[in-house]
Amino acid sequence: MPIEKFNILKSACVPLPVENVDTDQIIPARFLKATSRKGFGDNLFRDWRYDNNNQPISSFVTNNPVYSGSILVAGKNFGSGSSREHAAWAIHDYGFKVVISSFFADIFKNNALNNGILPVQVSESFLVELFSEIVTDPQTTVKVDLPAQTVTILSKGLSEKFEINPYKKECMMNGFDDIDFLLSMKEKITEYEQSRPL
Amino acid sequence: MKATTLFDKIWDSHVVHSVNQGPDVLYIDQHMIHEVTSPQAFTGINNRGQKVFRPERTLATADHNIPTKDQDKPIRDELSRIQVEKLTENCNDHNITLYGLGHPYNGIVHVIGPELGITRPGMTIVCGDSHTSTHGALGSIAFGIGTSEVEMVLASQCILQPKPKKMRINIDGTLKKGVSSKDIILYIISKISTSGGTGYFIEFAGSAIRNLSMEARMTICNMSIEMGARGGLIAPDETTFEYIKGREFAPSGEEWEKALTYWKTLKTDEDAVFDLELNYKAEDIGPMITYGTNPGMGINITERIPELSEVDENNRLSFNKSLEYMNFKPGDSMLGKPVDYVFVGSCTNGRIEDLRAFASIVKGRKKADSITAWIVPGSHHVESQAKEEGLLEILEKAGFELRQPGCSACLAMNDDKIPAGKYSVSTSNRNFEGRQGPGARTLLASPLTAAAAAVTGKITNPADLI
Repeated sequence: MPIEKFNILKSACVPLPVENVDTDQIIPARFLKATSRKGFGDNLFRDWRYDNNNQPISSFVTNNPVYSGSILVAGKNFGSGSSREHAAWAIHDYGFKVVISSFFADIFKNNALNNGILPVQVSESFLVELFSEIVTDPQTTVKVDLPAQTVTILSKGLSEKFEINPYKKECMMNGFDDIDFLLSMKEKITEYEQSRPL
Repeated sequence: MKATTLFDKIWDSHVVHSVNQGPDVLYIDQHMIHEVTSPQAFTGINNRGQKVFRPERTLATADHNIPTKDQDKPIRDELSRIQVEKLTENCNDHNITLYGLGHPYNGIVHVIGPELGITRPGMTIVCGDSHTSTHGALGSIAFGIGTSEVEMVLASQCILQPKPKKMRINIDGTLKKGVSSKDIILYIISKISTSGGTGYFIEFAGSAIRNLSMEARMTICNMSIEMGARGGLIAPDETTFEYIKGREFAPSGEEWEKALTYWKTLKTDEDAVFDLELNYKAEDIGPMITYGTNPGMGINITERIPELSEVDENNRLSFNKSLEYMNFKPGDSMLGKPVDYVFVGSCTNGRIEDLRAFASIVKGRKKADSITAWIVPGSHHVESQAKEEGLLEILEKAGFELRQPGCSACLAMNDDKIPAGKYSVSTSNRNFEGRQGPGARTLLASPLTAAAAAVTGKITNPADLI
């Protein structure tokens, strides 16, 4: 699937200061039955967002009108658990373009990048600072600059570099997807097959 | 020649191309697909007007959302039925072998791969399921992928993947009574946490691992993802070769000899260096049980839940949230806590040895009246073997029934859901909030510990019943 181009994003943030947010919380298994990539946003964080009678739980952050924006800020080890790409689709479909955390699970990170969601890994201290800024001022704006690989809390001028694989960075900035690249490699793949070990 | 690890040997021999400063183009020997994470990938290649590049290298099964009763009848849940039908249609359109519902080879994807002899040493294997790491037990590089990556493999038989770091975990010594491979892996995760393996591919080694059966090794590799690792593997040895020999799709005759010669080269060189190496003693491991909402929150069944003061300050918020969900208190003893449900099954512990272990304890005893038990074999093969060996008879005499194969209550996509607030001792792999049904409270344990709970109605040390 071609992904949206990403360059620089300035946005308010939605804070989720919970560690080990696993893929079953992001999108519970019972909502994995669709055969398209659309509509998963409605069930993002379903069991934290709605009670047993499908009524919004007012204390959950996405139900609090004070918070908005296309950046999700979450505690350490975000996206652990299953390989379900539905987790990335749900986050994307809901409207997030960036997830900031101090640590990401591997498969989730790949899935996010493959869907044009930028996972921004920051230091523990930066994350603590960011959470506290958002609590103080829910309008706190964060600038995510992919070309410069920096994330900045604008009101404080606090900035940090983040890592991204140079290949993935180029894909994100240009909206390239891996499949086009792999399809262009078919001749080399066939060559490999002929020379391969047992 | 530079000393290399087993992981390096397999990985490096499958690199088709290395992207400058980027990931490797890794060739995939065997792709496995199922109904839940593949439909969008097929839509993707269909939209590009592509056909599956190497359909003979993809194998399909229906396992995640299927019912474990009345499998001969149409699936009642409409969305599940559509997903399974979609899989059939996609496999037909692209000439992919499908072991669908009712097929004698049908079962959980990570159970049927090894049992049919499709999983073999030295291979690269991927599937849109995180527990693909299971196949590493036979000395292969196997890992779970997302649907975009499934699409990559369908389109090119390759995947773009950065090479992970390498870790070796050595477990030496002899396991105590009532302790099995599930306890080994839950013990390791309790030590290094659910993110301790992130970024790594793990080789499990040491005398305690060597002495495990093939199926017990699968349980270990299966849960390497639960510590965040990309996957886990174990060097193939006589146990591996013996297991594979004679299986449906295993090589035979001259091909077998050729394969065996190659497989015997698959081990880590003595001087090879790992990015991280950890050592544990088998004697330190007891029957494990989890008390919280991630697989790292496990303790020896005889221990107490930690006091808040014993928990790292940064983790206290999550710890409290977990215990609140479980309705447990810090310092609680696990032994004697009442249990409502027992689930035996999944790609972690749904094999014949797991059913044997469960039966060894329930034999001559009775299911506790308060317990609802779901015993779900990992495949039709396991199901028929259980019948042939007389395990079914033992189970039935003790008041248990055997359901039909599938992923079932491990992720509760079908009707096998644990009701809200109920406690389930489960041989599966995840105790996340709501994993076994909204509000369900999961306690991960071995088949022996599950059996001890099933006959006593409470958390019981299996060593006391052996």
